[in-house]
Amino acid sequence: MLSARLDARRGSLRLSLELEAGPGPLAIIGPNGSGKSTLLLAVLGALPGVRGTLSLGGEILLDSGRQLFTPIEERRIAYVPQDYGLFPHLTVQANVAFGLPQLPADQRAERVRRALDDVGIGQLGERLPGQLSGGERQRVALARALAIRPRAILLDEPLAALDAPTQVRVRAFLAERLRRLAVPALVVTHDTADVLALGGPLLVLESGRVAQRGSPEAVRAGPVTAFARAFWSGEPL
Amino acid sequence: MKLPGGHRWNAAGLVGGAGAALLVAFLVLPIAALLWSTGWRDVVAGLGDRLALAALLLSGLTTASSLVVVVLLGTPLAWTLARRGGGLARALGTIVQLPIVVPPAVSGLALLLAFGRRGLLGPWLASLGLSLPFTTAAVVLAEVFVSAPFYVMAAAAAFRRVDPALLTVARSLGAGPARTFFRVAVPLSLPGLATGAALSWSRALGEFGATLMFAGNLTGRTQTLPLAIYTAMEVDLRPAKAMAVLLVAVAFALLLLVSRGTQVLTPADHALRPT
Repeated sequence: MLSARLDARRGSLRLSLELEAGPGPLAIIGPNGSGKSTLLLAVLGALPGVRGTLSLGGEILLDSGRQLFTPIEERRIAYVPQDYGLFPHLTVQANVAFGLPQLPADQRAERVRRALDDVGIGQLGERLPGQLSGGERQRVALARALAIRPRAILLDEPLAALDAPTQVRVRAFLAERLRRLAVPALVVTHDTADVLALGGPLLVLESGRVAQRGSPEAVRAGPVTAFARAFWSGEPL
Repeated sequence: MKLPGGHRWNAAGLVGGAGAALLVAFLVLPIAALLWSTGWRDVVAGLGDRLALAALLLSGLTTASSLVVVVLLGTPLAWTLARRGGGLARALGTIVQLPIVVPPAVSGLALLLAFGRRGLLGPWLASLGLSLPFTTAAVVLAEVFVSAPFYVMAAAAAFRRVDPALLTVARSLGAGPARTFFRVAVPLSLPGLATGAALSWSRALGEFGATLMFAGNLTGRTQTLPLAIYTAMEVDLRPAKAMAVLLVAVAFALLLLVSRGTQVLTPADHALRPT
């Protein structure tokens, strides 16, 4: 369980919201500049000056009132940014192994092998990210994130950079994997198909606040923001 | 007149072209004259000269030392300049570049006024039993002073090109700031760091004015290659020409390395492009 009450500033945006996320995917939608990416960075601990509280699995990661702040590297929250953030100078294997320096070499190799097999790209370990297709890169980023056995995972528009046929394949795969993972998974998206595939609740952001929260069906039936209405009606966002 | 290549020739174009050719010829001619008048045997014999040999060793030693100092102290500074925005970082960036535009003779005088016997820190250094002017250490200081900005600016530019998302991802994977820096930021900036180091080293190797003012011209102690060329000119031109040819060769090799380096050694740019 992830629960947060966050207050943060980034540029002209003021993020101020409460958030509860149980195990499994939580889709986050909202117009550009509504604070979706900022919310992920605030939860991750990558945003300076965040106030409020954040706890994950009963452990307090942030309590600004008590000057408590767990740095990013100790939170064990996996993060997949929009362009996947693969290290271009490291092979696929080394990318996945990056989060496992504490393991002995043989265990680390085994964990990397399993992580890559698990996302169906076991044969690509020696490649550099530049030699992979978009879908393959997406899978490497997911394997690397899952390899650290995260307590939560944050994905920023995980499918936006892929072509349509690849999106269809990766979407189902990603949704299945996130449900199986059974930790809070915050997924920022622009796509109704993603929301439906993820099958979890939906959070609608507007100007840094939570405008609406509910099942996709409920939000679809009674959207409270113009954005949410347009989102489901298929109008260009 | 219209030529097959589609170029339109006119009077202005001809004058401009002639001017450009004249400038290129002027830039090439002195170097060509140096190489033309200096045979292989002159180089070998000239570098065997006592003065030249001592200067070569001293230049090697001092520029290697100054490069180590510049990289060790300049890298953290470049990282700070690259990651911090705001007025303070900008002001710091400008201050760091000052030695590039200050004339070397002024730098030499300034170094004397700071570290000389009667300089700002002179009494304090004397109380520690140290006297810097006219020592090999003064040569290194002068070289650091004039060459550090080249490395720091190139390194800061290279660090700025690193995608901040990669640094955030590295942290999220459990890497602290140090591991993130050495495993992600430095490897991705390596071509820029190497270019900066090469530029900085060549500036240190060519350093003349500040060294002469602050460290003097003592054979074997403070007489680097440029100073030895200046000194040899008055006695025997052959060692001077030999050392000059050597410096030209080194400079040319560095130029090739830097221009190749910036084109070839950028894995980040290639790898980030979708295939």
